[in-house]
Amino acid sequence: MTDHSGKIFPVPTPETAPYWQGCHEHELRLQHCRGCGQYQFYPRIICSGCMGDDLQWVAVSGVGEVLSFTLVRRAVSAAYSSEVPYVVALIQLREGPTMMSNVVECDPESVAVGMPVTVLFEDWSDAVSIPKFRPRLTGGE
Amino acid sequence: MESLRGKVAIVGAADTQVGIVPELGATQLCIDAVRRVLDDAGIGKDQVDGLVTCNSMAEPYMYHAEAMAEYLQIFPRYCISVGAGGGTTFSILHHVASAIVTGLCDTVVISMADSLRSGLSREQALLMQSATGHAQFEQPYGATVPAYYALIARAHMARYGTTQEQFARIAVACRKHASLNPSAQMRDLITVEDVVNSRMIADPLHLLDCSLVSDGGSAVILTSAERAKDFPHPPVYLLGVGEGHGHEHISQAQSLTTSAAVESGQRAYAMAGLGPADMDFAQLYDCFTPTVLLELEDLGFCEKGEGGAFVESGAIELGGVLPVNTHGGLLSHCHPGNPGSMFALTETVMQLRAQAGERQVAGAEVAMVHGQGGIMSSHTSLILGRENA
Repeated sequence: MTDHSGKIFPVPTPETAPYWQGCHEHELRLQHCRGCGQYQFYPRIICSGCMGDDLQWVAVSGVGEVLSFTLVRRAVSAAYSSEVPYVVALIQLREGPTMMSNVVECDPESVAVGMPVTVLFEDWSDAVSIPKFRPRLTGGE
Repeated sequence: MESLRGKVAIVGAADTQVGIVPELGATQLCIDAVRRVLDDAGIGKDQVDGLVTCNSMAEPYMYHAEAMAEYLQIFPRYCISVGAGGGTTFSILHHVASAIVTGLCDTVVISMADSLRSGLSREQALLMQSATGHAQFEQPYGATVPAYYALIARAHMARYGTTQEQFARIAVACRKHASLNPSAQMRDLITVEDVVNSRMIADPLHLLDCSLVSDGGSAVILTSAERAKDFPHPPVYLLGVGEGHGHEHISQAQSLTTSAAVESGQRAYAMAGLGPADMDFAQLYDCFTPTVLLELEDLGFCEKGEGGAFVESGAIELGGVLPVNTHGGLLSHCHPGNPGSMFALTETVMQLRAQAGERQVAGAEVAMVHGQGGIMSSHTSLILGRENA
């Protein structure tokens, strides 16, 4: 496992634990509201669409597209310095919600707005895996 | 609903020395700003019955305004410290105006200061500011504050064809204005080429697209329009104010290319009974160059998507149709963090008093002052004027 010590690790709360457990199992899960049908991210105790609380954790496609991106050349801290330039992007998931992530496994210079991407998981420790995205080949899906 | 229009005025405005000021800590800068603003308004501290501050990153207090009141040995009846990202600096002015009109207090000092440059290491400042990102869903990805704003810039480029050179024009205009301001931290003229050839921080933002890291403090005094006539300088009246709140985290933004400045601007214009064409100049929050471009569009100074062409025309430079950030802005005057917006306010007062020296906008009567905080998250628009009519 690559050394990720010193990075900013997420600390799950009761509200977000099912999400991080999904990541741990390498499965992207979102909350889906059985009342109004909305998917939401980040996790909440209420549906931000209808204020209902009939929320169900479901596995989602893990595919989406790059809404916007940047190449970070001045890392936030030393733990991230070895990866510069790294891509910080907003990914709009097929199910609707947008999440921040890194686009990896490609030339950072090749990333573009609208690029189709698919999720993968980076294991930072035995307990914590982080969802990231890589370019998705389209056409043969 | 009763309108605040014309009911409150700014009767004092002053800045401390800004830039690199290691001899004063954040607390002393805040107090120095109070001392200077009392001098400007020609009153003693015993006449102050309201105090508003923002907390300092370099020298935080649990209850900052109480600590400053104690230091000053004043005993106000209205005393509050606010978070004061760029937008809340002005939203608290909105609240103070309401407090004066409803009789909570009469004469309020708003003083904000920090020493990001001398009181924190570069690494500390970078990390503290990056903490604006969501702890679980943004920060782990190694994003920096420039990166968050770069996401906005890139989205605007992709949607409207805006170019890096157009963003650079904003930095060039601010520097041109700073060159005319003896107080500004950075006064050497720069070109578009200098900006796009400066070190890339987070594509498409170069070093010179980013605001400064500074020490400094700034203060204003607000009172009722009736009392305002008793002060030595001509009052500057609050004609309109409005807020808009879109999100906290950029990954939750409804839109990357249109902000809640649309709502804050509309609310301020409606209160003032004025529109964008009535503004003689504008101070627009410029932590990074793209914010100015979005604000020009969202506040109605040009059409959505036309911000690039607008700045390229020279419109925002002194002598143009809408001089922007006449003091040099956060990009070239100074940016001590939370207090950053305050300098746009004091500059507006100087312009409307016709005391802005070489950078004076001739005949300036009405101005738009806009602050945003977070990552294009919270917005407050102020319309200030020299006449209460």
